[in-house]
Amino acid sequence: MHKPVIQVENLSKAYQIGQIGTGTISRDIERFWLTKILGKEDPFLKIGQTNDRSKKGESDIVWSLKDINFEINQGDAVGIIGKNGAGKSTLLKLLSRVTAPTTGAIKVKGRIASLLEVGTGFHPELTGRENIYLNGAILGMRKKEITRKLDEIIDFSGVERYIDTPVKRYSSGMYVRLAFAVAAHLESEILIVDEVLAVGDAEFQKKCLGKMGDISKGEGRTVLFVSHNMAAVKSLCTRGIVLENGMLVYDGESSSAIDVYSTKIVETLNAKPVHKTYTNRLKVTDFSVLLSGKIINHGATVLLGQKLTFTVDLDVLDTINDLSIAMDVVNSNGELISHISNEDDNMYFHKIDGGTSLKIEINTAELLFVPGHYSMNFWAGVGHMETLYEIKNCFAFDLEQSSFTKRTKDLPKHSRVYLHTQWTSN
Amino acid sequence: MNNKSQSQDWDLVIKGHTSLFDVKFRDIWNYRDLLFLFVKRDFISFYKQTVLGPLWFFIQPFLTTIVFTFVFGNLAGISTDGLPQFLFFLSGITAWNYFSDCLTKTSTVFRDNAGIFGKVYFPRLIMPLSIVFSNLIRFGVQMLLFLLMMGYFWYKNADFHLTYAVFFFPYLIALMAFLGLGAGLIITAITTKYKDLTFLVTFGVQLLMYGTTVIYPLSAAPAAYKKYIELNPMTGIIEAFRYAFLGKGEFSLWSLGYSTVVTIVILFMGILIFNKTEKNFVDTI
Repeated sequence: MHKPVIQVENLSKAYQIGQIGTGTISRDIERFWLTKILGKEDPFLKIGQTNDRSKKGESDIVWSLKDINFEINQGDAVGIIGKNGAGKSTLLKLLSRVTAPTTGAIKVKGRIASLLEVGTGFHPELTGRENIYLNGAILGMRKKEITRKLDEIIDFSGVERYIDTPVKRYSSGMYVRLAFAVAAHLESEILIVDEVLAVGDAEFQKKCLGKMGDISKGEGRTVLFVSHNMAAVKSLCTRGIVLENGMLVYDGESSSAIDVYSTKIVETLNAKPVHKTYTNRLKVTDFSVLLSGKIINHGATVLLGQKLTFTVDLDVLDTINDLSIAMDVVNSNGELISHISNEDDNMYFHKIDGGTSLKIEINTAELLFVPGHYSMNFWAGVGHMETLYEIKNCFAFDLEQSSFTKRTKDLPKHSRVYLHTQWTSN
Repeated sequence: MNNKSQSQDWDLVIKGHTSLFDVKFRDIWNYRDLLFLFVKRDFISFYKQTVLGPLWFFIQPFLTTIVFTFVFGNLAGISTDGLPQFLFFLSGITAWNYFSDCLTKTSTVFRDNAGIFGKVYFPRLIMPLSIVFSNLIRFGVQMLLFLLMMGYFWYKNADFHLTYAVFFFPYLIALMAFLGLGAGLIITAITTKYKDLTFLVTFGVQLLMYGTTVIYPLSAAPAAYKKYIELNPMTGIIEAFRYAFLGKGEFSLWSLGYSTVVTIVILFMGILIFNKTEKNFVDTI
């Protein structure tokens, strides 16, 4: 009954971050000498860092996945969830053999088909039919197998009329339908799906979700599904795995996994500001936010259309040429909504001598983001390249709808920005 | 529970470090349909939306040969061993093109296909192999041109003749393909991390052509350089090719044996380095 088909043991994957350029040859030689000739441990992998992007590491090696262990049984439908950068994609890449793990192993029973993207290898000049064969073969099907399923695939895609037309003449919707149709007919015991469902119209998305449900429930195949769409995870998956900073933090029922994930999101949004100094050249002594002249707290509520003022006190300890300052506004899905820079208002700090105290005031225009939770990050550096100082989560706020828009209903949740308009008619 | 899973036999174990010699030839065989479909794709996409279609395969060597005949034959007056100049240059170009196409196209295989390779697994060697086969079709068409021109010159009573070495022809093709493939695999593996080599390849191949007996016969090479030219494994192959079809050239089993050994060594190294690189190249490219 509980037959494991995938077993992941101490799986880790390290990436080199930063520039790969000069110095790599000498380092590669050093590394080769130490590990292969002298048989020592790899010095560049020694520092066991987790992939916390907010903190600057001590080496430029980062662990995208660290010591992951789990087992998946036949017929399981497993959702893999986590914030951006939690290691989901890396895990999928390792499972689909696109790249190899640094340490650890994955053991698999049965054929794996992975869909990190629909339509991989589609050639625009080839017809739909030719592309079905090509794409099917790329995904690991034999020609005979594709021929046998050709009618079914064409039928599922719903583009029969265009099947002998080059796919470059297809609309993007048709393209995706055809591509998914091929993928949906793979005869593999294990199916790995990345967020390919984020494409196509609502009707087709439903069809795809239905097909995936059939695959796991009806046909007894194992499905691994990565998504930000919690509703899809809830309806498709029986089990959920939550990743955070490259580590497995939860493995269990899919509904509890979603709860764990949601709590994590809220936690990070309400986190206190974290100051991070990179050099001794600059220090932020105060960061405050004002609303109509009054200081407001971290986590305060701001109304649509209100203006904010940020004041930053800096101590410059050593001469800085071309100081630049930037701030990010991030929404609760971790998406960057806005980026603010000193260059926006033609403000340049060409040369600041050591020992100067600098007071900067930044006044925003009306805030026109849609209601929701937002957090901000502060960054100071040299010429937008070298980082001197960072405040992660320097300010967080809840934005609420106000009479700035005269509409009585709520702004649509999935919109991002409210565009203020004035209406006239004859 | 652990004991139970340990006793299982797994179909596939994905690990970071595998033996250098762990080349999955069986996998490649399983994906042979894909190899065929890639070749078909290359062929179809090459001539789609062109008026002349596969005729383009003819035009390039034909025009190059005319230019070479004019510049090296008529202006520079390079000896062609008494062969008709046009046939002499065409034979060199036809053979050289196959080798150089195999080399230059496989030398960028990782970079050209980073998109596909980053999204789906299939034995990576399928891609360079498909390049070799695609070029084989092209070479076949160009051979046809060469045979047609041979017929024309034979009709005009030109001084050349086929020799028994023509039986080596398939072997010569294999040598050129594997030599180009092997060198290309080495280059593409190195260029995933050190891009510098890419700049070298295109003009390096062009320079190498002048170090091979494409535009001059080995017999006309100055004695001081002859041994270096003979060190080039392509020299033996081109000389053998010319001797086979036109009856002139320095054909010897010794030089063919030398080319064979070099080809095997380069191909072997190429496959191993490529195989080592393919596992992680997505991270560095």
